[in-house]
Amino acid sequence: MTINGTWLDIGPIDQLPALGARTLPVAGGQEIAIFHTANGEVYALANKCPHKAGPLSQGIVHDTTVTCPLHNWRISLITGKALGEDDGCVPVIPVKIDGGRILIGRAEALASVV
Amino acid sequence: MTTGKPHLIVIGNGMAGCRAVEEILARDPDRYRITIFGAEPRVNYNRIMLSPLLAGEKSFEDIVINDLGWYADNGIELVSGDPVVAIDRVNLMVNSRSGRTEHYDKLILATGSDPFIIPVPGHDLQGVVTFRDMDDVGAMLRAADAGGEAIVIGGGLLGLEAAHGLTLRGMKVTVLHIMPTLMERQLDEAAGFLLKAALEGRGQTILTGADTAEIYGQGRVEGIRLKDGRDIPASLVVMAVGIRPNVKLARDAGLAIGRGIHVDDHLVTSDEHILAVGECVEHNGLVYGLVAPIWEMCRSLADGLIATPSGYTGSVTSTKLKVSGIDVFSAGDFSGGEGCEDIVMRDASRGVYKRVIVKDDKLIGAVLYGDTQDGNWYFDLLKRAEDVSEIRDALIFGQAFASGGGASANPNVAVAAMADDAEVCGCNGVSKGKVVTAINDGACTLDAVRACTKASASCGSCTGMVEGLLAITMGEAYAGTRDVSTVCKCTSFTHEDVRRNIIEKGLKFIPEVMQQLHWTTPDGCASCRPALNYYLLCAWPGDYVDDNQSRFVNERMHANIQKDGTYSVVPRMWGGITNPRELRAIADVVDKFNAPLVKVTGGQRLDIFGIKKEDLPAVWADLNAAGMVSGHAYGKTLRTVKTCVGSDWCRFGTQDSTGLGVKIERMTWGSFMPHKFKIAVSGCPRNCAESTIKDFGIICVDSGYELSIGGNGGIKVRVTDLLCKVVTEQEAMDYCAAFIQLYREEARYLDRTAPWVERVGLDYITARIVDDAVGREALRGRFLHSQSFMQDDPWAKRVAGEDYKLHQHLAEIRPVAKELVSV
Ligand code: SRM
Ligand SMILES: Cc1cc2nc3c(=O)[nH]c(=O)nc-3n(C[C@H](O)[C@H](O)[C@H](O)COP(=O)(O)OP(=O)(O)OC[C@H]3O[C@@H](n4cnc5c(N)ncnc54)[C@H](O)[C@@H]3O)c2cc1C
Ligand code: SF4
Ligand code: FES
Repeated sequence: MTINGTWLDIGPIDQLPALGARTLPVAGGQEIAIFHTANGEVYALANKCPHKAGPLSQGIVHDTTVTCPLHNWRISLITGKALGEDDGCVPVIPVKIDGGRILIGRAEALASVV
Repeated sequence: MTTGKPHLIVIGNGMAGCRAVEEILARDPDRYRITIFGAEPRVNYNRIMLSPLLAGEKSFEDIVINDLGWYADNGIELVSGDPVVAIDRVNLMVNSRSGRTEHYDKLILATGSDPFIIPVPGHDLQGVVTFRDMDDVGAMLRAADAGGEAIVIGGGLLGLEAAHGLTLRGMKVTVLHIMPTLMERQLDEAAGFLLKAALEGRGQTILTGADTAEIYGQGRVEGIRLKDGRDIPASLVVMAVGIRPNVKLARDAGLAIGRGIHVDDHLVTSDEHILAVGECVEHNGLVYGLVAPIWEMCRSLADGLIATPSGYTGSVTSTKLKVSGIDVFSAGDFSGGEGCEDIVMRDASRGVYKRVIVKDDKLIGAVLYGDTQDGNWYFDLLKRAEDVSEIRDALIFGQAFASGGGASANPNVAVAAMADDAEVCGCNGVSKGKVVTAINDGACTLDAVRACTKASASCGSCTGMVEGLLAITMGEAYAGTRDVSTVCKCTSFTHEDVRRNIIEKGLKFIPEVMQQLHWTTPDGCASCRPALNYYLLCAWPGDYVDDNQSRFVNERMHANIQKDGTYSVVPRMWGGITNPRELRAIADVVDKFNAPLVKVTGGQRLDIFGIKKEDLPAVWADLNAAGMVSGHAYGKTLRTVKTCVGSDWCRFGTQDSTGLGVKIERMTWGSFMPHKFKIAVSGCPRNCAESTIKDFGIICVDSGYELSIGGNGGIKVRVTDLLCKVVTEQEAMDYCAAFIQLYREEARYLDRTAPWVERVGLDYITARIVDDAVGREALRGRFLHSQSFMQDDPWAKRVAGEDYKLHQHLAEIRPVAKELVSV
């Protein structure tokens, strides 16, 4: 992990499983989930379902949503909002890919640190 | 100098450099004295045609854009094979490698891109090439002359075109792609899958998820080793993993650069005397790797330099793959998401997949495979951001259809326009006339039409047309599309349809099922993906490669997730029997990992709670060491075989119920099923193991074994139905295996045996398992065959390192005061 102004480099993109997610703990703050869609896009959300804090990283990823493993809420990877009937929102951390590396927004990643 | 005209120097004799000069000359042929420096020792040629050149479809003469005559006629001095090595912005001079210096009044940088070379060991061996210019093609052709094996690293546009060319030149080609699907930046998963199948059909080997560890060889390439240990021999390695804007000169000269050379809307760099164009520039944060945007840039550059400045505003791009016989097109944004609506059409018989993405009544993306005829039309709608709400329903059928119908466009119109003898159902050769006659004769539902004409009764791809005919023929009287439970909202097929088609058509992959059965979503949902994964696993034992990402968390992690995100671990205790060694190992694990709770479950075994996902492999390693394997307490699998003490100890026991329970568990463990499956063996009718509320229950009696099925102790309690009575232990086991296989093959995913037995009826099960001895034996045989692939402990595999990433964090962020510490 390296530090670069407003972006944090958290590693190469090939470390993400296809259609899956990995986690990124933030000491003193909230764990972040990094998702990988079928189209190869990468998104990051706080790893905490707005319903009852289920670990979203463990859900099934399809299209640009993840289905929470605990009670099947569907959460948009783009907006962090619960879709369908459900209501709630989880923080989104901006991501960009540069030269095969995943960079996440530093301020947003550290927002939960007290 | 020779004339009084200002001197324009262009660095880069490629696509952008020469096109910029053409645009300038078209506006004012006399404005500048022009010199072009080119690193390549040749005239300006069409780089995108290197692919057909490699494939043997074109010669170099065919792809030259401007020959020497053009330079001469326009008074352009071409300095080829002599790259510029430095720019002196203070004195407005450029220096070339041969030592030539020239003064400029205006300078255009058109240096293109450099192919990216992954710095793995061996990347500098002889025989490792890139795919960018004529020299690269020459090297590839020389290698191809010697024949043998080639590896292309990179399954994007460029890599696949290289692979295609080398295949046509007689090499045996393997494509290594790091991502799960080919061309993932241009195609979605479904289209990527079809493309992969088509290329494999042409003899290429395509390895996705393939990560190169090293290229090896003594001075020359001999092969590649992947990170997963696989070894592939090759005498040629083509790296086609991406390009980087060539900004070296600009950087050395101190111009503003980001990923590319920064330019404004008139292609002027941070130095007003210097412009830049093509792949080397970054405009508005974007860099481009295709020619269409470059042509637009060249127009704006010339307008700004000579005529009325028009200003470049960025480009929307589309992609086509130049592999003859394989039609692929994509444009715009197909990542989906909020407010986006996917319209998917799949025509399996023609091998067509089309997907358009609509947002706020506008087309924002399109992916076409197999039929790209409408690509340009979609691209045009997209670029013009046209309102498509009027033609929304007909959009996916293409331009001819959508524009023909105008505002009233409706898929049924097309069906109505078909001739009476036109074929509706290809599988069974049923014409439109026949279907209409059947409807007029009283077949007023889809199922009725299927029953009397067979139309739509096989693959089902004409279901939409038959429903259209029902609607047109019956008008108001048609009750609407049928009311049967489909697998999920992604498809109109039932579970039974899907299972039948998987077998009949020999479908072996999830994307293949989705394509053949006309899924209306690109990659399914959390309901259908696990179901399809199970159906394929059941249909092709030993053959199907499980799709881990189509499994619910518990099955993916081989443990039960808890409300706080930790996991519980339940090792198998065969028949509920344990011993001091197992108990010690469990106690040690509880101590070592500080498990907050260990509990006896309702299934006669021990459950260790509160284990973190990172610790799971270590916990399993300790349990494995004591001889214990996964209890599958998390799976749609065989769960437990409960037993009572039986004849060995109990004063009422009639048979060895414990021993039989252990034998049955040894036979059935590891089996995946439509839902969880529980078995119990009680030693007498007092039924201490609760056999009569299990999926398969055995009650021992003096004269043998009473077998009963379809019990459930869960949400809705159901007592088992008595299936039959058998005399020997072996028979009890054989019937059990046959019953499980019937359930595996015929129940819907997520049906426990209780609702399944109620739906199909006890008589049906009796006929299949009790009355039909040959059928029973065949079912049992298929179960045991399938079990021969299922009975290895999933925990042991994880302990050995399989899917280790699932258990590890990607990285860790540790903010210390204001600083960050990396891990
Ligand atoms: C651990 C255990 C409770 C216990 O502490 O005893 C248990 C725990 C869970 N049961 Fe159970 N069931 C347990 C025995 C049972 C039994 C009793 C039995 O097997 O004899 C039943 C009723 C018998 C039956 O299934 O017919 C039972 C009926 C259910 C049901 C309802 C099933 C139904 O068909 O209606 C569910 C929900 C489901 O599967 O959808 C369920 C679901 C669950 C889940 C997996 C809930 C979930 O989805 O996360 C619980 C997991 C807790 C965990 O993290 O470990 N559990 N559950 C038992 C594990 C047995 C084992 O050793 O594997
Ligand atoms: C095999 C292949 C297939 C392609 N297929 C397609 C396709 O189907 N569709 C599509 O839109 N695009 C395609 N492309 C991409 C397209 O060719 C490029 O986008 C386009 O060529 C970029 O033009 P350019 O002028 O910026 O760069 P280039 O065409 O690469 O020109 C740059 C030139 O500058 C020269 N140069 C660099 N540094 C110096 C220096 N210091 N001094 C002098 N000269 C220098 C280089 O040698 C090169 O000749 C393909 C590319 C390749 C390689
Ligand atoms: S009955 Fe089963 S599912 Fe319900 S709380 Fe207890 S363990 Fe969980
Ligand atoms: S915690 Fe995510 S759905 Fe309940």
